[in-house]
Amino acid sequence: MSTVEPNPSMTTFTSKELVTDQDVRWCPGCGDYSILKQVQTVMPELGIPRENIVFVSGIGCSSRFPYYMETFGMHSIHGRATAIASGLKAARPDLSVWIVSGDGDSMSIGGNHFIHLLRRNFDVNLLVFNNEIYGLTKGQYSPTSEEGKVTKSTPFGSVDHPFNPSALALGADSTFVSRSMDRDPVHLKEILRRAHKHKGTSFVEIYQNCNVFNDGAFEIFTDKETKKIETLFVEHGKPLVFGQNGEKGIKLDGFKPVVVDMASHSANDLWIHDETDRLKASMLSRFFDNPRKGGEHLPRPFGVFYVEDRPCYEDGMKTQIESIITSKGSGDLDKLLRGRDVWEIQ
Amino acid sequence: MSHQTDTLERVIIKFAGDSGDGMQLTGTQFTNTAALFGNDISTFPDFPAEIRAPQGTLAGVSGYQLHFGSTNIYSPGDRCDVLVVMNAAALKANLKQLKKGGIIIANTEGFDAKNLRLANIAEQDNPLENGSLEPYKVIRIDVTKMTRSALNDSGLGTKEIDRSKNMFVLGFLYWMYNRTLDNSIKFLEEKFSKKPDILNANIKILKAGYHYGDTTETMTPRFVVNPAKMKPGVYRNIMGNQATAMGLIAASQKSGLELFLGSYPITPASDILHELAKYKSFGVKTFQAEDEIAAICSTIGAAFGGSLGVTTSSGPGIALKGEAIGLSVMLEIPLVVINVQRGGPSTGLPTKTEQSDLMQAMYGRNGEAPMPVIAASSPADCFDTVYEACRIAVEFMTPVMFLSDGYVANGAEPWRFPKSSDLKPISVEFAKAKNGGDKYLPYKRDEKLSRPWAVPGTPGLEHRIGGIEKQHETGNISYDPENHEFMVHMREAKVEKIADFIPDQTIDSGPSKGKLLVLGWGSTYGSIKTALIDAHAKGYDVAHAQIRHLKPFPKNLGEILYNYDKVLIPEMNNGQLVRIIRDKYMIPAIAFNKIQGMPFTAGEIFEKIEQVLSEK
Repeated sequence: MSTVEPNPSMTTFTSKELVTDQDVRWCPGCGDYSILKQVQTVMPELGIPRENIVFVSGIGCSSRFPYYMETFGMHSIHGRATAIASGLKAARPDLSVWIVSGDGDSMSIGGNHFIHLLRRNFDVNLLVFNNEIYGLTKGQYSPTSEEGKVTKSTPFGSVDHPFNPSALALGADSTFVSRSMDRDPVHLKEILRRAHKHKGTSFVEIYQNCNVFNDGAFEIFTDKETKKIETLFVEHGKPLVFGQNGEKGIKLDGFKPVVVDMASHSANDLWIHDETDRLKASMLSRFFDNPRKGGEHLPRPFGVFYVEDRPCYEDGMKTQIESIITSKGSGDLDKLLRGRDVWEIQ
Repeated sequence: MSHQTDTLERVIIKFAGDSGDGMQLTGTQFTNTAALFGNDISTFPDFPAEIRAPQGTLAGVSGYQLHFGSTNIYSPGDRCDVLVVMNAAALKANLKQLKKGGIIIANTEGFDAKNLRLANIAEQDNPLENGSLEPYKVIRIDVTKMTRSALNDSGLGTKEIDRSKNMFVLGFLYWMYNRTLDNSIKFLEEKFSKKPDILNANIKILKAGYHYGDTTETMTPRFVVNPAKMKPGVYRNIMGNQATAMGLIAASQKSGLELFLGSYPITPASDILHELAKYKSFGVKTFQAEDEIAAICSTIGAAFGGSLGVTTSSGPGIALKGEAIGLSVMLEIPLVVINVQRGGPSTGLPTKTEQSDLMQAMYGRNGEAPMPVIAASSPADCFDTVYEACRIAVEFMTPVMFLSDGYVANGAEPWRFPKSSDLKPISVEFAKAKNGGDKYLPYKRDEKLSRPWAVPGTPGLEHRIGGIEKQHETGNISYDPENHEFMVHMREAKVEKIADFIPDQTIDSGPSKGKLLVLGWGSTYGSIKTALIDAHAKGYDVAHAQIRHLKPFPKNLGEILYNYDKVLIPEMNNGQLVRIIRDKYMIPAIAFNKIQGMPFTAGEIFEKIEQVLSEK
């Protein structure tokens, strides 16, 4: 796996210098605290001058994030951080742009900008804190809430079919699709480093616990008791193995992934994770069974599912302008104003 | 062969045909030729919303009106002297606009049984045959037949041959008005440089039309319209949207800021996007966003990064942008929002003009969200006005609404274009140093009440801005009741302060005190100006002022208004400026409204002036 190692020699500022003078106002126990901590820890390692970092957010609990980062930042309007970041990156390709959004912000009200950001492949990082609920508006179901979800706005259960964020991102031709969680700091930091390193839009879905309105939504993936059986941490070039002691594996039976017992199988039989394989990434994104329903099901994958090297929008835009200036020369305002046909009145 | 040749001061020609007949091109060509000859001109294209409505029907009629003359021309004119009709529907739709005694040039093939049926005219009522056109001079030409026979050995198909029939009409009109074909031949040579057979066909037909006048219609009069005595200088022809695009590039060049346009296609604003997309050599970044909201939001992002941010749209798109405009009011970030107004509400009349988004520009956002509003009065004026909008935006750190409309956007007129060195400088300085001891205060204000523009990449000036109410100076989130009231007043005061930096309102014509002031804004300029010339010729006590700065108003506007017994406000809406004027200056201003998707004619305004003056 192309692990991105922390590189303290590149540090120009410390994590402490990323803390602002503003009180953090998330509810005590919110998963956002851990994400903020991991981001502040990783940032100094990335070798970016602090003044070149910009955090852009929309609306929602997660979107308060920029206020807590001593970098440039904008807390914008609901769903539009992706569009604002697109313009910023187009105008200023030199900046390191980080978008912080939530499941409602990015996939409901901002759904349109979300897919278009991914297809255009601006070189920005998109962190989506998915807590499967609307927290800031006090507990309505979100586009990622499971069917039947009982919330304030669905007292008899939701009849809405949820989005599968990774599948949606892949469908929009995202060039970097990953998933992590607030309660696994080591993994989250690693994914953040990978996201930064990827040239293109890096989509990072982060399972984040809302301990007030949707407590325990991801407990089955984060709790010590169940985590090893219910999750699958994928690494490039390695077989898909999970379980308490790696006793289970996933192999492909034709196009069908099946769980096998490692007692009767060897690693060679298993599906080897290949980040560059779009088809397999697409299958991996469909490991989306609801474990709470019980019965036979696939574990939920975490890690980098898909990476693709594709030109970024801002580079294409810049190259086009540069090549036109090279071939035609810089624009001459007087020539433009004059146009082609003029006449003189004496 | 002798033709009677009359010299005329001014002529209004309307070209009308099916939207596939190439009437816009014909009109534009005649316009350019007239302009190059030195006539003053004003044009008004009038086309259907459908790209190709069913052929031959009334819905499919596309028109182009041209007013040219040897005197100053301020509007496309009221009733036309010459009506060119390619089919029966075009005649039916436009006859009422033709002066009595005017000339009709009719393509007879467009009046066959099928075309009459499509225009809902009974065959026995063919206007070319039933005598109903008696009051006019009708020139019947079977353009289709002659075009086909001229090109029967060209090797082109009938469809392609028929497409050049507009050139026949153009050539004929060039003959009628003693114009050379040079300009149009040059145009065709460039347009069809890669299609020699099409090029040759078009030139052949253009010449055939010209010669047709010379050789056959001996009774057709010819006219001379001498060059106009305009202010000395070098002129070019310009359309409103084109002038807007150039004004933006000029502002970018003069301010040293990179121009970023975030836009989503919408009629009648798209041409600004098309124009700017051509000028990559000026470093212009055009971003065709996924929707209107992304168009403005990407612009806000670019402006945050230090670009001259511009978004272009029309009413429905501006409605979608409302929340983001509010954000930019809160962020106090420079932004130019362009609304090329069209008929509303909702989808309304996409290809027709209206001035009905003034209230939207002034008040169309949630909360107390003031922003400067500025309106262009003619195609060429779009250049100066949008340049001024950019200057206000960056010098005062505010979004600015620039209002144009379908009429000025698509209309054309001669433009005595400026030299770049004559343009007023636009001064922009990004913040470089902390302004609050060891801190950077993003909302600390200068004497203009404007805040500093610190762009990402500036060490030590890291800061956060956002849509939540901000604390004075620090820009931190604040829910403090007094602070909110203070900031609401501050944002209003900041916009009003701009009045100290804009020119005083001037009187365009007429006395500085008197019985009546006609107060216009935006594209009504030409019609009012023309009406005033007629009114002054009759000795009426009436003056005219046209407002460019609608928010804030020039400081002396009230004083001007109080100098007249009556104030008449003509608007292409149901009364919007009139309400704002009544509210702000407490005068009983008289509303005069036209809401037909068409500009006022000078005659309509003249009659209203007479009526108002005759009332006690």
